[in-house]
Amino acid sequence: MSVADPPRHPVVPRDPPVLAPGHTAASVTDKISSVVFGKMPVWFYAGMAVAFGGVMMLLLSLTKLVFTGIGIWGNNQPVGWAFDIINFVWWIGIGHAGTLISAILLLLRQEWRTSINRFAEAMTLFAVACAVIYPLFHTGRPWLAVYWLLPYPNTMGMWPNFRSPLIWDVFAVSTYGSVSLLFWYIGLIPDLGTLRDKAKNLWQKRIYGTLSMGWRGSARHWHNYEQAYLLLAGLSTPLVLSVHSVVSFDFASGQIPGWHTTIFPPYFVAGAVFAGFAMVITLALPLRRLFGLQDFITDKHLDNMSKVMLVTGLIVAYGYLMEAFTSWYSGNIFETYVMKNRLEGPYRWLYYSLLVCNVLAVQPLWFRRVRYSPLAIWAISMFVNVGMWLERFVIIPMSLHRDFLPSSWDMYYPTAWDFSTFFGTIGLFLALMFLFIRVFPAIAIFEMRTLTPEAKVKEPAH
Amino acid sequence: MTEAVSKLPILQDPGDCHAEWRRPEAAAAPLELAAVRERLAAGRGPRYWRSLEEVAATPEFAQMLEREFPRFAAEWPSDVSRRNFLQLAAAGLGLAGLTACTRQPIEKIVPYVRQPEELVPGRPLLFATAMPLVGRAVPLLAESHEGRPTKVEGNPEHAASGGATSAIAQASVLGLYDPDRSQAPVYLGRAATWQEFDRQLGVVMGAQAGSGGAGLRLLTGPVTSPTEAAAIQGLLASYPQAKWHRWDPLHEDRALAGSLAAFGRALDVRYDLAKADVVLALDSDFLVGGAGAVRYARDFAARRKVTPEASGMNRLYVAEASPSATGTMADHRLALRPSQFPQLVLALAAALGVPGSSAPAGLDAATRRWSEAAARDLAAHRGRSLVIAGEALSAAAHAVVHAINAALGAAGETAIYSEAAEVDPVDAGASLAALTADLRAGQVDVLLVAGVNPVYDAPAGLDFASAINNGRTFTAHLGLHADETAELCRWHLPAAHYLESWGDARAFDGSVCLIQPLIEPLYGGRSLAEVVAAAGGRAGASGFDLLREQWQALSDDDFRRALHDGFVAGTEPPALAPEPGAGVAAALAELASAAPAEGFELALRPDPSVLDGRFANNGWLQECPKPITKLTWDNVLLLSPRSAQEIGASNEQVVDIEVAGRRLRAPAWILPGQPDGVATLHLGYGRARGGRVAEGCGVNAFALQGSTAEWNLQGASLAPADEKRPLACTQGHYAIEGWLEEESHEAERRHLVREASLEQYRADPAFVRAADEKHIDATTSFAPGFDYGQGYAWGMTIDLNACTGCNACVVACVAENNIPVVGRDQVRRGREMQWIRVDRYFRGGLDEPEAIVHQPVLCMQCEQAPCETVCPVAATTHSSEGLNDMVYNRCVGTRYCANNCPYKVRRFNFLLYQDWETPQLKLARNPDVTVRSRGVMEKCTYCVQRINHARIEAERERRTIRDGEARTACQQACPADAIVFGNLNDPEARVTKSKRDPRNYALLAELGTRPRTTYLAIVRNPNPELAG
Amino acid sequence: MAQVFTKSANAFARSSLVAGLLLVAGAGAGLWVLARSGYVTRQGLVLEQPVPFSHDHHVGQIGIDCRYCHTAVETSATAGIPPTATCMNCHKQLWTNAALLEPVRASFRDNLPLAWSKVHDLPDFVYFDHSIHVAKGVACVTCHGQVDRMPLMYQFPSLQMEWCLACHRDPVKNLRPREEVTNVAWQPPVDLEKRQHEWAQLYAVKSKTSCSTCHR
Repeated sequence: MSVADPPRHPVVPRDPPVLAPGHTAASVTDKISSVVFGKMPVWFYAGMAVAFGGVMMLLLSLTKLVFTGIGIWGNNQPVGWAFDIINFVWWIGIGHAGTLISAILLLLRQEWRTSINRFAEAMTLFAVACAVIYPLFHTGRPWLAVYWLLPYPNTMGMWPNFRSPLIWDVFAVSTYGSVSLLFWYIGLIPDLGTLRDKAKNLWQKRIYGTLSMGWRGSARHWHNYEQAYLLLAGLSTPLVLSVHSVVSFDFASGQIPGWHTTIFPPYFVAGAVFAGFAMVITLALPLRRLFGLQDFITDKHLDNMSKVMLVTGLIVAYGYLMEAFTSWYSGNIFETYVMKNRLEGPYRWLYYSLLVCNVLAVQPLWFRRVRYSPLAIWAISMFVNVGMWLERFVIIPMSLHRDFLPSSWDMYYPTAWDFSTFFGTIGLFLALMFLFIRVFPAIAIFEMRTLTPEAKVKEPAH
Repeated sequence: MTEAVSKLPILQDPGDCHAEWRRPEAAAAPLELAAVRERLAAGRGPRYWRSLEEVAATPEFAQMLEREFPRFAAEWPSDVSRRNFLQLAAAGLGLAGLTACTRQPIEKIVPYVRQPEELVPGRPLLFATAMPLVGRAVPLLAESHEGRPTKVEGNPEHAASGGATSAIAQASVLGLYDPDRSQAPVYLGRAATWQEFDRQLGVVMGAQAGSGGAGLRLLTGPVTSPTEAAAIQGLLASYPQAKWHRWDPLHEDRALAGSLAAFGRALDVRYDLAKADVVLALDSDFLVGGAGAVRYARDFAARRKVTPEASGMNRLYVAEASPSATGTMADHRLALRPSQFPQLVLALAAALGVPGSSAPAGLDAATRRWSEAAARDLAAHRGRSLVIAGEALSAAAHAVVHAINAALGAAGETAIYSEAAEVDPVDAGASLAALTADLRAGQVDVLLVAGVNPVYDAPAGLDFASAINNGRTFTAHLGLHADETAELCRWHLPAAHYLESWGDARAFDGSVCLIQPLIEPLYGGRSLAEVVAAAGGRAGASGFDLLREQWQALSDDDFRRALHDGFVAGTEPPALAPEPGAGVAAALAELASAAPAEGFELALRPDPSVLDGRFANNGWLQECPKPITKLTWDNVLLLSPRSAQEIGASNEQVVDIEVAGRRLRAPAWILPGQPDGVATLHLGYGRARGGRVAEGCGVNAFALQGSTAEWNLQGASLAPADEKRPLACTQGHYAIEGWLEEESHEAERRHLVREASLEQYRADPAFVRAADEKHIDATTSFAPGFDYGQGYAWGMTIDLNACTGCNACVVACVAENNIPVVGRDQVRRGREMQWIRVDRYFRGGLDEPEAIVHQPVLCMQCEQAPCETVCPVAATTHSSEGLNDMVYNRCVGTRYCANNCPYKVRRFNFLLYQDWETPQLKLARNPDVTVRSRGVMEKCTYCVQRINHARIEAERERRTIRDGEARTACQQACPADAIVFGNLNDPEARVTKSKRDPRNYALLAELGTRPRTTYLAIVRNPNPELAG
Repeated sequence: MAQVFTKSANAFARSSLVAGLLLVAGAGAGLWVLARSGYVTRQGLVLEQPVPFSHDHHVGQIGIDCRYCHTAVETSATAGIPPTATCMNCHKQLWTNAALLEPVRASFRDNLPLAWSKVHDLPDFVYFDHSIHVAKGVACVTCHGQVDRMPLMYQFPSLQMEWCLACHRDPVKNLRPREEVTNVAWQPPVDLEKRQHEWAQLYAVKSKTSCSTCHR
């Protein structure tokens, strides 16, 4: 029993709903699960093919890297870190939106989160998966790094150096990854149950059945579920702040001018949320368009997400301002030179494009009309994605290439392998995304049900 | 004890006269000699074919080289061959094999069958020997590990060394193991044998007997060796009509002619810089180039190590046509066009009252002011002043300079004259020209070319190639490499390296040094003396027989003593007091008549690294950044900023050079301090043959010379072409507009190199502090401190006032620490591996820089090391003695340490830079230092292996390490004795005293890293008269 | 609607949780043991040698001092494997026809060295020095075991870094008088511990755990 398409709104309402009127629990369920069981459109396979090509490119690049050495990249002395760590930080940052949406907004009882939290969390996982590739493979001897960075009782009587921010990273990122995974999976369980029941053939039932861990939707199940979910939300809330703070220590605790600064933790976290929401928008809008999910991802969501982007964007802009100010105010010749090098150095055009992407491009979001125009905010979110990558370029290679001793200054030029590795991880990310959309409900069915009128009208009765 | 090395399986010479030098200090892992020899033997087979195809020079051969030798001059990504790929894979697995839960392969120990008595396995022996260079001996001690020479040091007993060495001497070890050395005689491009050659030679010499050798010619370099001379005289005695020709592009023809003009006879002049208060150098790089450089640098530097109290700092004036290491030491440096030197010399002569001299007209005001002030200064220090003429000056100028020194009363005081050490000195250029004429006239039936390469380095105008390639002359070439000359000779014969042969030669002071081999000739090479003696009918006479014969006057004991010392005592020629004669007047006239130059002047000079190309196949030297330009692997056309602007050339842009109809294309390089209107091009590049390192580097400057070996050419026309040639420079990225200005400007703002005049220094001895930020407090730190009170606390000072930037330390470090060669492409990518980086900064404007300064930067061994805290696997940690240890086998290569190092002294193996294949290169390695693999960070360790050996020696004897017992490789090699290393807990140690020097300051002290390596600031001694 | 799972599924699901945990724990323990096993370290492994040389016979029964063959032990990093000539000093007269010794005689005759398999083989990045250990009063048997009771030589310790460190952190327990270092039959005095501290004083024995002590 499907529902007639709800009436379109000719004009933008003051406060649009988070779920288009006229939906019932059943219609929601059908609509969303149809994405999983329904036949996939052509563009899906086309996109999947491209993404898969990216994965192959990544595998090739990493194989070449392991057998030939870091030398295939453009890294040199003094620029020991470049694309490898840029991409690491970029991906980790992107991950943040997921956790923020699912955890913090849940605790803040933000209803509008429900339709986007599911794939935002998925995005987090996949982003982290892409991110962890870099710190491992950027080492000269990954076959040793893979376990020498872990504390375990070895025959050398050696422990890792716990003073090193890289070790902190190991713990921060692995915790982040595992908690996000749990959170995402627990959230999936009720829907997996639903899918099990809606699945037609036995094997689908079996698989979804196993994954749903015998979910029957009994009151007790729901009770445990709520407990666990809330608990995990509480757990992962601090992670949103901790992970990128720790990542920022890699630089803040370093001594290179341009790294050695106290504003990095908040500035990195804000940047991460900024980038994360940009990526959510980048993914959500095509999704909603292609699967006709306008009813679930409504203008309300766009509005809110845009606002978050605007706010975090302004924080980041403040960060840039402060960097410039302190470098001047400190009077330290090395610090002042960092700014000089950004404004006049050989990479200045990158710094300028960074300002354009991260500061100028988001200002239109002040205007309501822009916030309600999917095309506009999608374009802006693309700017932000690029801008946040540039920010890491400005921080990492641009600080390294001209540091204390002018004699050791040099330039950094990326090679084809740098790019193939980078695009490879993007391919991996998209491929995982496509698979996810195909096999799991991209929007939390049961949570959407709670937004339907029938879920609401019952309340006053008791 | 003298039984020592004779019994080494690998040395077969009559070593009962072999003399170990003294107790060695290092210990080593036992080496499988048998295995190595097998590999070498195995190596011969295919290489026969190598030689064959090499002469054929087929493209297949070129590809084969690419395939076979991917890395020695590795140009990634050109070397992604399957073979290389597998190597790297293997390397990866091999490394994985070092981890906890993998098994090592079972290794073999191969002991001697009969162990030499003197040899203790694992302890190196030291032998005194000498390296011949342009006929002169460079006295050395060679370190031998179970019969493998791995490192040379200067011979501290000999005046020419005092224990120090030049970069070239340090690199000569690699020359021994150079896998490109020719490994068998080659006849018409086919592999042959010495027997064959002896037979053929016998026949042709027999034919000569009738005519008394009228058709016989011998071509060698300059000879100071009594033994070689005797062999040659022997040959000439039995063939009275035969002629002996000399050629060597570095032979000081003009100096010789100058001496003949001034004194009517050939004299050597050497300088006593310990005595000289005022020195004026005319286009002479005497502190780095030439046979006496090491000694000169030491004496000169000794007079620069000033304290506020002690006066006696010398003063150096340098006028030069292109910035040289010596020029950077000058208190007053004058950039002068070569064509202006005659006037400058005249002006000096006139000012110093050389009879018959008159001041020249055409001298510009600045130069006149400079020369007059200098002249007054020289005159004021009569008997303690000195004028040094460089080889680039004309013969007449040399003659006049002799007269000037006479007028200054320098002769016998600061300039010491003695009979020419060279046997029968001749003008090499003329001698070669005569030979060329004879060859063309068809008067030469037999030509033996020994140890020289005229086809490459003869003046292009002579066209020696076509002369020698006349099809009728029986030509034989003896040399280390199958070079350009070998290619055109019927026979090419592998020469023995000096570490493989017996011989002797005279050092710069004329004393005879003995050359004793440390290893049996790897490829059955023979020495010049052996070959010439064989030609003279003494076939089979071994180098040792010839040497012993020459010195039969010495008793066995005395001879053994001489071998042990490395030189024959009392062989220095007596000092003479010659009077300049009538020739001077003529010389003055010639200078006066010297015409001013038109258009661009071209200055051809020996390359600082590879000289005239004889070391072109030495990767250590090729990759060694040149003192001023910091370029590697290439020679370039040096232009002043103005000149470059004038012709519209930028860095790396190819310029078409034309001189007197001869053309050449070379990339331009803008060098502040270069005189306007002068383009400098270094010799020694553009080799067509001579090894895979030499080939394809730079351009051949000899191609611009006329029929004489002129170093200064006039009327050159320079036209920039629309083409760039990528160059590998280790400092800066000068293709980018304004980089150099930025660099020198920032260097000054940051007070990296601190400098003052002697007056300022006397007024404020603590002037170096002024640059330090006031709030520096080196005592407080958040990081937990270490207690260095007990035991040793190693530290180092580097006296910037003594450092000439000669690179001896850099190459010594490479040799001592198994540092790989990475090749031009990797250097371009900013991945050079030398642990010592000699920074070079220009002070003042780039058009007329006030000064050029050097600053060697190696690991500072910070007490609060930024690298240590960030390493995730604790691969770099602090030792109890304050060393910043680097554990290669623990390193996983995150490069975080290198990022966080403010001094950027850490080097990362981005690719597998070490050659794990070539057996010869394995022989060259120091067994006391880990050979680093791909993916590992490395850096200076203060030569911790030497420290450990010293400590073990000391503790075995229940004492502490004596000051100077543990010396770093760079310290030991430094000719200027600029580097002092030792125990800071020992108040009497040299280093502790040196740290108390008011000039002592730490680099980037404001960071609170508390470096153990500190610098002594530069103090210049300008002439008040020229101030402002 | 048909049952997707049988009843056993629940039990299976629960047990799989336990099994998973056990598997992980087991793998960890297994690796821990393997890394320390003789298979990896070659501890106690006897290697194929050109001649089955018996320390038991030469040291234990005949009583030849270690330094007779390992001449460099007091002066060099390596103890030194005796040249064939050393064997022949005695075996010119003794067992001149023993087939067992043919490789030795052949080596001496043809001047071709014997290739022994390295029993105590440290990785190449470890720079061990025999002379200083001997000088500080660390006995041969401390690291090489009671060779006088080894008919065939085998690797006595694990030679793993933690084994080296155990002594480098607290060397005193392994000390004995210098002159007794090569004595395989040394009887420790009753007041061993007290004496060891005296020796530590006398030989200036210090704990050495800086990386560069062994790695360069």
